Amino acid sequence: MNALLAAAGIDPWIAICSLVTVVITVGMGFWTAGKSKSAGDFFVAGRSVSVGWNASAISGEYLSAASFMGVAGMVMLNGYDALWYPVCYACGYLFLLLFIAGPLRRFGAYTIPDFAEGRYDSPVFRKIAVCFVLFIGFFYTMPQMKGAGTTLAYIFPGLHYSVGVIVVGAVITLNVSLGGMKGITLVQAFQYWLKVFAITIPIFVLASIVGHYQQHLEANKTAQETVAAAPAGIERKALPAKAPKDEQWIAPFGSLTTKAVDNAIKAAKTPEEKAALEANKKPYSLLYTYSLIIALVCGTAGLPHILVRFYTNPDGVAAKRTTMWVMILIGVFYVFPPVYGVIGRSLMPELYEAIGSKGTDKVVLELPTLLAGRDYPLLGSVLSGITCAGAFAAFMSTFSGLLVSMSSALAHDIYGRMLKPDSSPEQRLKAFKWAAVIIGVVSVGLGTQVEKLNINYLVGQAFAIAAASYFPLLFMSVWWRGMTMKGAATGMLVGGLMALGAITLTTLSDVYAVQSLADFWVANPLVRILCEQPAIWAVPLSIILMIVVSKATASTVPADVRMKMLVLHAPEALGLKQEYIKEHEGLGGH
Amino acid sequence: MSETPSTPDSIHSDAFLARLMRDQLKLSIACALCFVVALVALPLLNYFQPEFMAQRVYGFTLTWLILGVLFFPFVWIISYIFIKRSIALEDAEAKAALAGLTK
Repeated sequence: MNALLAAAGIDPWIAICSLVTVVITVGMGFWTAGKSKSAGDFFVAGRSVSVGWNASAISGEYLSAASFMGVAGMVMLNGYDALWYPVCYACGYLFLLLFIAGPLRRFGAYTIPDFAEGRYDSPVFRKIAVCFVLFIGFFYTMPQMKGAGTTLAYIFPGLHYSVGVIVVGAVITLNVSLGGMKGITLVQAFQYWLKVFAITIPIFVLASIVGHYQQHLEANKTAQETVAAAPAGIERKALPAKAPKDEQWIAPFGSLTTKAVDNAIKAAKTPEEKAALEANKKPYSLLYTYSLIIALVCGTAGLPHILVRFYTNPDGVAAKRTTMWVMILIGVFYVFPPVYGVIGRSLMPELYEAIGSKGTDKVVLELPTLLAGRDYPLLGSVLSGITCAGAFAAFMSTFSGLLVSMSSALAHDIYGRMLKPDSSPEQRLKAFKWAAVIIGVVSVGLGTQVEKLNINYLVGQAFAIAAASYFPLLFMSVWWRGMTMKGAATGMLVGGLMALGAITLTTLSDVYAVQSLADFWVANPLVRILCEQPAIWAVPLSIILMIVVSKATASTVPADVRMKMLVLHAPEALGLKQEYIKEHEGLGGH
Repeated sequence: MSETPSTPDSIHSDAFLARLMRDQLKLSIACALCFVVALVALPLLNYFQPEFMAQRVYGFTLTWLILGVLFFPFVWIISYIFIKRSIALEDAEAKAALAGLTK
């Protein structure tokens, strides 16, 4: 058996660790499936999950392939600028905590579309809101699929990228359609702890042998230093020509944020053109940075698959406590992925030369095998097996969560309310299962197309769409009494769709290498930056439209807006809490 | 909380809601400002003071240490303060309103 595996280039330890993770995840899904009976159980876990469990589960769902593999890969590829991703992924929760978590829980609706309908008494608005669950969800599932394809291609050398995507997609889809969210709460919480274990233990062992975070960082010279002051005992392999230079990599405004202008400079014909572009390089780069920050911070507060979890808190105070614990749990996690990127740059620079699933996105998986060259071959294999298990936990948990919220949107909103309002609970459960299968298939199809794109970059794009659509909707609806349905819908639709369009355009032109678009980007680097990172214009646009249209249609402010605001803001002790969406009553859900 | 409501209806008054929202929003905005100032300032410092931000601190560059490590505990502190104050604020509001109702 071992000889057979070795002949195929498969490390048995890595394969076993990954298999165990998959079996446990699927097993837990089946085990809890028997326990979730009613529709309420299925959709929001009976609303009775404790703070500790819920915080672990939210963190488990949130730490996706982008966090586990993508951040390390991007730090290795782009250096300092990529650090904004982990920081804003974690700190974005602060906006959620400060402005949205408590009121939203008090309002007592199941999902964002429920909230949209309950706040404005408008079933039409629900339909609009549902669309964005799907838009954001599909953008978010693509990088998870890339993570799956990359990991399987690493474990089974020679396996085609898209086979990995299909296998993982099928397993998770099956699991979700059988387990529902009650199962997922337990599984997600378990997966958070697995992921923290899998990212920390290998890097502690590795760093104690090959040198620490700051020592490897010190080996990269800054613009002020003439020679790299590598501390004694820190090795470094020669960087290939494709890798960014030290002083660019370690400093802000490096290759991530200046790529558009760099491409334009390469294509510039006259020295004057070049000089003009050079002068713009740094200001544009600053603009890119701010736009990225806005997208990530506001986007976190508008992710549908995360927000739905706040309804599983018993009350608004618990929702706030949960958010704080989530920030701590994921903050601790996010310190570590960049360490892999930094050490990877020193010791595994060959990854710079490969693209797609063989590139820097797999540094987390492969880095521990360095120990094999340092007389610890078994330890290297085991640790690499552990990081692979973590990667499985990462894309499986996030994909499950997305699948649940997207299938709920289809089953609960589109089937249960639009197509067949008089359907029985059994019919809806069945619809949920079919919706999961349909969405699973579409996600796998999309996932096979994005091998060339960086995992983390793709997730950032999903955040930008959320930032321009759901964030303004939630923020303004919670805090401004004068909002009307028309204002909310116009702002969310225009802001969200324009961001979606700009991002789809850049993604398509990168995936399919459309020449005419590539030429256009080279000629207009600023437009490229604003399309690639649209948050800086799309978020204000959305909010301004909401205000302007609401003012123009002020006569249509919901008549009972005061009562709604009171429900959103009054402490629960006053007993004003009421469940706006009563659909699930009588089903034994709560 | 000087003006306690005096009739059962008063928690449904505009004045009560306006005060409730204003107090909560004030707290949220104060906390958000601390965070936003830091988020805006770091890229600006990188932009205008690159040499200062590139100095070595324990092997990290200063800006790498701030963004990659110190930013997380900074945000935890803000969120801890917010939650403590916000729960206290809600308790006070609830007490004041309930006292008004039983009078």
